[in-house]
Amino acid sequence: MSNGIAHAEGPTPTHGHAHAHHPALQHHFDTMSQQREAGVLGMWVFLLTEVLFFGGLFFAYALYRSWYYDAFAAASKSIEILPGLINTVVLIASSLTMALSVRSAQTNQRKATVNWLIATIILGSVFLGIKVYEYADKFAHHHVPGASFQFAHVPAPGEPHVEEAVAGHVTTMGPDELERTTQIFFSLYFTMTGLHAIHMIVGIVILFIITWMAHKGRFDDEWHAPVEMTGLYWHFVDIVWIFLFPLLYLVERHN
Amino acid sequence: MSSVHVSPLSTYLSIFAALMVLSALTVGAAFVNLGLLNPVVALTIAVIKATLVILFFMHVKYSSRLTKITVVLSFFFVAILFAETFMDYATRGMPLAPYVLK
Repeated sequence: MSNGIAHAEGPTPTHGHAHAHHPALQHHFDTMSQQREAGVLGMWVFLLTEVLFFGGLFFAYALYRSWYYDAFAAASKSIEILPGLINTVVLIASSLTMALSVRSAQTNQRKATVNWLIATIILGSVFLGIKVYEYADKFAHHHVPGASFQFAHVPAPGEPHVEEAVAGHVTTMGPDELERTTQIFFSLYFTMTGLHAIHMIVGIVILFIITWMAHKGRFDDEWHAPVEMTGLYWHFVDIVWIFLFPLLYLVERHN
Repeated sequence: MSSVHVSPLSTYLSIFAALMVLSALTVGAAFVNLGLLNPVVALTIAVIKATLVILFFMHVKYSSRLTKITVVLSFFFVAILFAETFMDYATRGMPLAPYVLK
């Protein structure tokens, strides 16, 4: 019974394999690489549904942008580029640290896996913090769709001037039309960045669990599927942002 | 021994550097008036960045053919979503860009 760990339950001798099984190998797989392959494929099928989920929103964006381009250009111009650019750098950096934590797990470096995961959590949190600042800024400028939305509004005497909406921009839209259609842009802005942020929050919660598991020494070079799958999810969220950044922040910046 | 492909550290660092350069490029390009090409340039850069992330950070370059097909399929489905829905809107008598055509 030298094989006590791998075949703790069930009679050992009838088993066809001569070598010891990895404790993480599920009984319906023959080898660890087969199990890993199935896991990666399954994760990608999930990500496929995510791509379509965001795809619908990107379509809505494309359609309304083609209809109300002037409103999209004016609304996009009102968004500060710098926080968005910093967030782009932060999120891509978090993808790097995530990739390095997967690499550390592949090469059996427990301490490094934990450290890179913590770095990913910190960078993800910085992203969300900057997002909070940006959202607060939109509330302050009445750029949140709803009853108090204000964009192309002409201020009454004595009223504080809220926004120089279409400065230097030729549009065939009247102020009412612009007010209505910029609201569509900001609805898409909040839906898309909001769903993206929810994905990040979910990702950070999962990262905490994975970090704990890594800290406990649950992974080795043969089995680190949770780190790898979390990595795939995290990189997907990064890719969504790679598209959101130019589409929401950089519609028309020249002139 | 693990059968998993382990990328060298330099791969991750150079992909990160490339992503940074492309991010700077997309901001820079937005300030240049390229007319109709502005969104084309922005999306092309985004697609290149996404491809780099998928191939190297997500290891699809080293994945099985079945995984590769699944990845391509997901974007193919989005292309169908865009094409069919745009066709619908375009053939309902609604102008696609009512405010741009002055």
